[in-house]
Amino acid sequence: MNKEMKQHHEQHLRISKRDHMVFWKSWLIHVTAILLALLVCAFIIVLITGYNPLEVYSSMWEGTFGSARKVWLTMQETAMLLCISLAVTPAYKMRFWNIGAEGQTLIGCLATAACMIYFGNRMPVYLLIPVMFLASMAASAIWAMIPAVCRAKWGTNETLFTLMMNYVATQLVSYFITFWENPVGSNSVGIINSISKGGWLPELFGQKYLLNIIIVAILTVLMFVYLRYSKQGYELTVVGESENTARYIGLNIKKVIIRTLVISGALCGVAGFMLVAGTDHTISTDTVGGMGFTAIMISWLAKFNPIVMVLASFLLTFLSRGAGEIATALRLNQSVSDILTGIILFFIIGCEFFIQYKVSFRFHKKEVKG
Amino acid sequence: MIDIIATFIKQAIIQGIPLLYGSTGEIITEKSGNLNLGIPGIMYIGGISSVIGAYFYESSGVDLNPVLCVVIPFFSALFGSMLMALIYSFLTITLRANQNVTGLALTTFGVGIGNFFGGSLSSLFGEGGSISLIRTGECFKATFPFVENLGLFGKTFLSFGFLAYLSIVIALVASWILNHTRVGLNLRAVGENPATADAAGINVTRYKYLATCIGGGIAGLGGLYFIMDYIGGAWTNGGFGDRGWLAIALVIFALWKPKHSILGSILFGGLFIVYLYIPGLSRSSQEIFKMLPYLVTILVLVLISIRRRREDQPPASLGLSYFREER
Repeated sequence: MNKEMKQHHEQHLRISKRDHMVFWKSWLIHVTAILLALLVCAFIIVLITGYNPLEVYSSMWEGTFGSARKVWLTMQETAMLLCISLAVTPAYKMRFWNIGAEGQTLIGCLATAACMIYFGNRMPVYLLIPVMFLASMAASAIWAMIPAVCRAKWGTNETLFTLMMNYVATQLVSYFITFWENPVGSNSVGIINSISKGGWLPELFGQKYLLNIIIVAILTVLMFVYLRYSKQGYELTVVGESENTARYIGLNIKKVIIRTLVISGALCGVAGFMLVAGTDHTISTDTVGGMGFTAIMISWLAKFNPIVMVLASFLLTFLSRGAGEIATALRLNQSVSDILTGIILFFIIGCEFFIQYKVSFRFHKKEVKG
Repeated sequence: MIDIIATFIKQAIIQGIPLLYGSTGEIITEKSGNLNLGIPGIMYIGGISSVIGAYFYESSGVDLNPVLCVVIPFFSALFGSMLMALIYSFLTITLRANQNVTGLALTTFGVGIGNFFGGSLSSLFGEGGSISLIRTGECFKATFPFVENLGLFGKTFLSFGFLAYLSIVIALVASWILNHTRVGLNLRAVGENPATADAAGINVTRYKYLATCIGGGIAGLGGLYFIMDYIGGAWTNGGFGDRGWLAIALVIFALWKPKHSILGSILFGGLFIVYLYIPGLSRSSQEIFKMLPYLVTILVLVLISIRRRREDQPPASLGLSYFREER
C-alpha cells in the first residue's frame, strides 16, 4: 500500500503552455471534441427516451435541411446569430466582457419597431428604411456606450453592468408593448403594418430572407478586414493584450474602449433592424431570444475569427433547429435543444485546453543516489 | 393600511429568499475569484433535482414520512447543484476555460435540463400529466405551531418554512467564516491574488474548487425553496424566471458581503413586487417599476467604482483563471 502511494507521487503530470499548434491539429481536436459530445448526447438520449440515437440524428438533419423552406430558415437563423457574434467580437478582442448583446440588440429592435409604427405609413420607402436603419444603430450604440463610458472613466465592472442593462432593455420593451399592443389587451404588438407593409425589407428574387443573409455576408467580410488589417483593429487588439503596452505606445485607451463599444453596439443595432424589419415584422421581449448570449460563446469559440464564426453559428443553429425537430417528432420537450447545446459547448470549451496547453507525463522513477 | 404593509413585507421576504440563497452562493464563489454566471442554471437544477427526488419518493408507494419528505428533496437539490458547480470548476479551474463562456453555457444547460424534466418527467416515468408534489410542498411549508398566537408580528416575520430561516443562518455563517476565520482569510487571498496566495502555501486549486462547489450547492437551495415552499411542489416551465440573474445583481448590491445581502434580498424582493402594491398604477408604469432592481444595481455598481473604497471592490482577480507557470 505504502509503496503504491509512493509510486503515485512520483508520476509527474506537467502542464505547459504551447507556443503554436499546427492548423490541422487544432481542427482535429475540435472535430474530435464535437464527435465525443455527439456520442455523449446520443447516450443521454437513449438513456432518457430509449429511442435509437441514429434515428434522432437523422431527424435532426431532416429538421435543418428537410425542405427548401427549412434550408432558408436555417440560413436566416445562422445569419442573425452570426451578425450578433460579429457585433460582440471587437469588444471581446479588446477583453471588454460585454455580455449585454441581448439588450443592445433588443434596443435596436425597439427603435426599428418605433420607426415602423410612427413613420411606417407616412414616409416614402427610400427615406423610411434608412431612417429605421440609422435609428436602430444609434439606439444600440448608445446602449452599449453607457457601460463603456463608465468603464473608461471609472473602471466600472463591465460584465455586471452590461448584464444588468439586458433586463432594463427587456422592461423598456414591455413598457412600449403596452402602448403598441394590437389588438388591445393581447399584450403583444402583432404584425406591424401588415397591410401596407411599411418599413418591411424588400424580398429579393422572391426570397424573404435573402437580403438579411447578404447584409450579414458583407458584414462578415468587413469585420474580418477591420480586425485583421485596419489600424483601429490593431489598436483594440493591443488594448486587449496589455493595457500597459497600449499606454506605453501612446494609445488613448479610453477613446479606443468607447469607439469599439460604439461599433459593437451599432452592429447589434443592425441585427435588431434585420430581426424586426426583415424577419419578424413585430417585436416582443423574446425577439432576440437568447441569441445575444449564444453569440458570446460563438465569438469566443471561433477565437474571434469571423470566418470560423460562420461555421460555429451554423453548428449551433443546426443543433437548435434539429433538436426542435426531434422534440416535435418524438414528442419530447423543446428544451432538448438547450441540453444538447450545453453538452456540446462543454466539450468545445474543454478541448481548448488541449490546444492551449501541452500535458506531459513523467513516469520514470526517482534516481537512487549513491 | 398596516395590514397591507405587513403583507407587503412578508411577500418581500418570500421573494427575497431565493435571491438570498443565490447571492450567498455566488459571493462565496466570487470570493475565490470565480465569476460563475451559471448561477441561474444551477438554481434551476436545484429546483428540478428536488422535484425528481420528491417525485420518485412520492410515487414509490411507501407511507410518506414527513422527515424523509424534506430530507430527500433537500439532498437531491444539493447534489444536483453541486454537480453543476463541479462541471464549472473542472472547466474553469483545471482546464482554465474562460469563465464567462463556461458560465453562460452552464446556464443554457441548466435551464434546459430544468424545463426538459419539469415538462416531461411524468410522461417519461409515470402516467403523464403535470407534476404536483403537494405532500412534499406541505412538509416544506410547515411553520412553528405557535405562530397563530403571535399577532401581526408573528404573521409577518415568523410564518415561513424552515428554508427561509436557513437562508439567513447560512448567510450569517458565511459572513462569519469569510471575515473571522483563517479559512475565510485564505479564501479572500485566493480571490484577490492567487499567485501571492500560492506563494504563501495556500492550495489555490482546492480553495477554488471547494468555494465554487459549496457556493453552487447553496445557490441550488434557492431553487429548492422556490419550487417546494413558494410554489408548493409543482413545476412550471420558466416559472423561476430571471431570479438567478437578480441574485447576481444582489451580489453587487451587497458589495460582496453576505451579511448585507440579507437586508438587500428583502429590498430586492420588495422592488420585485412593489408594483402590485402601489394603487392606481397603469400597466405601462408597472413595467417601469419592474426595472427598479436592475437600475438600483447599476447605480450601486457605478457609485462604488467612482468612490473606489478598497473594502467595496469586487475581488481583484474576479473572472481570471490562475495558471501557476504563467507569470
